[in-house]
Amino acid sequence: MSDTSDAETDDESESPVSEAAESESPVSEAAESESPVFEAAEYADGTITYPPHPVSPDGAERVGTVDLAEHTAEVVTWTTATATPPGVREPNHLAIVAFEVDGTEMRALGQLTDGDVEIGDEVRPVYASELRDPEAGIREPASQSWDGFQFEPVDES
Amino acid sequence: MERDSTASVPTATDGGSASGDTDRSASGDTDGSASTSVTGSPQNRTGADRVAVIAASMTQFGQRDAWLQSLLAEAGQACLADAGVAADEVEHLYVSNMASGEFEGQTGAPNALAHDLGAVPAYTARIDQTSSSGGAGIYAAWQSVASGASDCTLLVGGEKMTHRSTAEATDVIASLTHPVEYKHGVTLPSFAGLTARAYLDQYDAPRESLADVAVKNHANGVDNPHAQFRKEVDRETVLESPIVADPLRLYDFCPITDGSAALLFCPESVAADYTDEYVVVSGIAGATDTHVVHERTDPTTMGGVVDSGRAAFEMADRTPSDVDVAELHDMFTILELLQFEDLGFAEKGAGWRAAASGRTARDGEIPVNTSGGLKSKGHPLGASGVAQAVEVYEQLLGEAGPRQVDADVGLACNVGGFGNCVTTTILEVGA
Repeated sequence: MSDTSDAETDDESESPVSEAAESESPVSEAAESESPVFEAAEYADGTITYPPHPVSPDGAERVGTVDLAEHTAEVVTWTTATATPPGVREPNHLAIVAFEVDGTEMRALGQLTDGDVEIGDEVRPVYASELRDPEAGIREPASQSWDGFQFEPVDES
Repeated sequence: MERDSTASVPTATDGGSASGDTDRSASGDTDGSASTSVTGSPQNRTGADRVAVIAASMTQFGQRDAWLQSLLAEAGQACLADAGVAADEVEHLYVSNMASGEFEGQTGAPNALAHDLGAVPAYTARIDQTSSSGGAGIYAAWQSVASGASDCTLLVGGEKMTHRSTAEATDVIASLTHPVEYKHGVTLPSFAGLTARAYLDQYDAPRESLADVAVKNHANGVDNPHAQFRKEVDRETVLESPIVADPLRLYDFCPITDGSAALLFCPESVAADYTDEYVVVSGIAGATDTHVVHERTDPTTMGGVVDSGRAAFEMADRTPSDVDVAELHDMFTILELLQFEDLGFAEKGAGWRAAASGRTARDGEIPVNTSGGLKSKGHPLGASGVAQAVEVYEQLLGEAGPRQVDADVGLACNVGGFGNCVTTTILEVGA
């Protein structure tokens, strides 16, 4: 399951924000030839979370990472927001999706590539270099990453 | 204020924090009785010198010309006048406010208020707990008196928002989200849309049941002179209003609001020195849920509501069936249903029937949001939790005018983030 770098090599003093920012800035960190990583954290108690946290919900230490980009997920729920904040596409299709990684279910949230989905649909992660305009919102642009993964319906035909 | 130094007072730490290892589901009992299986439950303080609320006030909610400092002073002065307490008697002064720095570039609001009210040298602090800043302020005020640190605590909650565009205000509020949520353009309304779809699907509830919450709360707001909206709406208007976060529409959402509200606290042992009628904080607790919303196992359950509610009921030695009136945090219609269930007033998945059946109407079994709720009264972030308690205070003391219901026990549930942090308060008529 630990198919990317070992989390124990990370600086444990880093905040979750900075960890998330690093983990999702694959373009700047990884060689351009490498695929962007959709990094979730794996813990000693078998749980997996996205985003990664310093410990699991029950306090177990991190033991590795999982690249969710290699998996598909199922739509738990979705919405289309028509009143969006500065720098955000309008309308903004969003979903909470559930991954099953080696028998362990975990969830993620992200933009949908389009709004033509239903609960239970299968989706795959697709990389986007910029999910919203970092300069337009209230948050300091340098405080976090702005790239990430949208979810695209898997064509069943 | 002088107080009985021999009175037994609760400590500031026990009982306020809900246990983290409890089963995160409300009772589910069909009669609405609360579960008693809370580990580490707080002791019953009914025999102690409880904390009394001896005055309450709120400004007109809506679009106001006044800025935050003036709004806070307006509510604070009115509250002190209501009690006949001089400003120099205030020992602790708390201001509940989420984002005055972000909204208007104003920080240090509690100190400005202390000066404006003539309360210097009172101890001051700002309480920011996002949308539940008001409830967290009640908790801080309760702690200050219960611990013996203060014998007279004034709490004023307020927010100035309407000078910002809807998009800007939405972004200020969305700044509470985790970076992995914020970068996708997630807003609190979009969380509501995600949750509402899951709820309707999971429990096969009709879309109209959400509209019924808006219809009920708008009807209640007509009789609240401080409410932002004082007009009734019908089901069709709600269901045909513009989509904001599918499946939720404009009338499923509370407005952007300016306003302020205040409460004055003292030990119950001296409350009678100031007023013949007062209420007591019989139960109060706060709790958190995962900050990252999608990490919750069930998107239709708010663990912070379950845990804070359970602990507050334990502290008050009450069950949901004892509650005569409740103010729930209906920032979105779906939230009223979730809190109704998660506090134990209905089984999980059955809360949607409450508004439709009239159970939560003003003349129903358990009136909810007699003030009009955030939906009709308005939602000036830091003021809302305080204003919820103002409504319960007025209901318990028979001061609610045409909104009056028969009530001896009232509950207020103030939700921050999207259930990230919650404070539940139970108030009762003082002896």
